[in-house]
Amino acid sequence: MTDFEPKIVAFLCNWCSYRGADLAGTSRMKCAANVRAIRVMCSGRVEPAFILRAFELGADGVLVLGCHPGDCHYAEGNYKALRRMMLLKRTLKQLGIEEDRFRMDWVSASEGDLFTHVVNDMTEKVRALGPFKAKEEAKVA
Amino acid sequence: MPKLKVALYWAASCGGCEIATLAIGDKILKLAEAADIVFWPVAVDAKYADVENMADQSIDACLFNGAIRNSENEHMAKLLRQKSKIMIAYGSCATEGCIPGLANFYNLKMMVDTAFIDTVSSDNQDKIIPQTSVKVPEGELELPVLWETVKTLAQTVDVDYFVPGCPPEERTTWLALEALLSGKLPPKGTVIAHPANAVCNDCPRVKHEKKIKAFHRPYEIIPEPDKCLLEQGLLCYGVATRGGCGAPCPQANMPCTGCYGPVEGVRDQGAHFLTALASVIDANNPDEIEKILDGIVDPAGTFYRYSLADSMINRARIKQ
Ligand code: SF4
Ligand code: SF4
Ligand code: FES
Repeated sequence: MTDFEPKIVAFLCNWCSYRGADLAGTSRMKCAANVRAIRVMCSGRVEPAFILRAFELGADGVLVLGCHPGDCHYAEGNYKALRRMMLLKRTLKQLGIEEDRFRMDWVSASEGDLFTHVVNDMTEKVRALGPFKAKEEAKVA
Repeated sequence: MPKLKVALYWAASCGGCEIATLAIGDKILKLAEAADIVFWPVAVDAKYADVENMADQSIDACLFNGAIRNSENEHMAKLLRQKSKIMIAYGSCATEGCIPGLANFYNLKMMVDTAFIDTVSSDNQDKIIPQTSVKVPEGELELPVLWETVKTLAQTVDVDYFVPGCPPEERTTWLALEALLSGKLPPKGTVIAHPANAVCNDCPRVKHEKKIKAFHRPYEIIPEPDKCLLEQGLLCYGVATRGGCGAPCPQANMPCTGCYGPVEGVRDQGAHFLTALASVIDANNPDEIEKILDGIVDPAGTFYRYSLADSMINRARIKQ
């Protein structure tokens, strides 16, 4: 298990978090290479189905990053995202998916260091959990 | 025209789909005119061996209700697929797992313990649970093997058509049978139902912009008669459920629970309803949002009441 590298799908909003990730890169910050970034126009574009689909396709963890509350380019998109992700969290818990596999956070365009911290922290937590098995085989009595 | 040969079967189901088939009333006579029922355990005396002895593809259509949760269900699904030209998943259990699919929230041990040991009505001090085979003087007797994970019919065999509903409404059943009897069948894979984007399209309740401050359970409030139930805080699934049923539930003051499955083009019905609900919650402050969400007592059970077995995350991960 020691060479397990978690696959983390990250939905990054175009106006803040994606630029935060860019900043981390151009500033040459040291950041775990486990994240597959998907740029979306706003965290409000991220439907809960995207997160489930990522897990279904083999993600070990899913991260959603948006502008800080009050800073969304479309005014309210991140609040909508927040409500959806809070309800999704409760649902994932009932489905037995460990809390650390899904995270929503706020990262602005100037917070390359915070982006790095969130990614590194999540990567280590998911690494400790091990791989997520997307489809469980039917077990017989 | 030679009569059609039709088979009906039930796997893991409640029996409601059998009654739904009969709910077409005197139209059943039209069915009997045009088709011979060659196999229907609930009504016709034919044995599994009779089906085994039929030639492959000799049944024109099989209406299969029920989910697949044990070795017998799977055997019959495969057998009937082999013998039938057209395989129709009839009802929500066959289509998306439905109520039997809720077993996917648990593991085998939890299910068996609940059914045979832990329920208050069980008197089973020796903790006897059913075995899959037993030796008796006449030989060995076998029972079907129960699976941990409930599957849909389409996860088991190739399916040509789907008829939604728990159980399908009479109009939906007849729509499917008419298509079959007239030979005017839609493209393979069609979910046969009257066209309507969602249950809301058929629902006569007055709709406004939705802004929800609190959720309620049906017994907690007496809803206003004409206003959308979701706007009154009831978890009405009409917004994220395929239409075609005619919206009988909201018209009887009960919120839709989603039995017609996802709307066309949506894979995960639960995620769709979750998205719609969270979007209309009227709060931006995390503490306030948490408080409003507390009003949804069983989110996963509400969102996946019918579709867990067919959803993207098809079962709960349970630490052994
Ligand atoms: S949410 Fe329910 S009550 Fe409201 S319009 Fe839709 S089906 Fe009717
Ligand atoms: S209103 Fe909803 S629960 Fe009632 S029959 Fe239609 S789809 Fe099923
Ligand atoms: S634009 Fe960044 S969260 Fe809306």
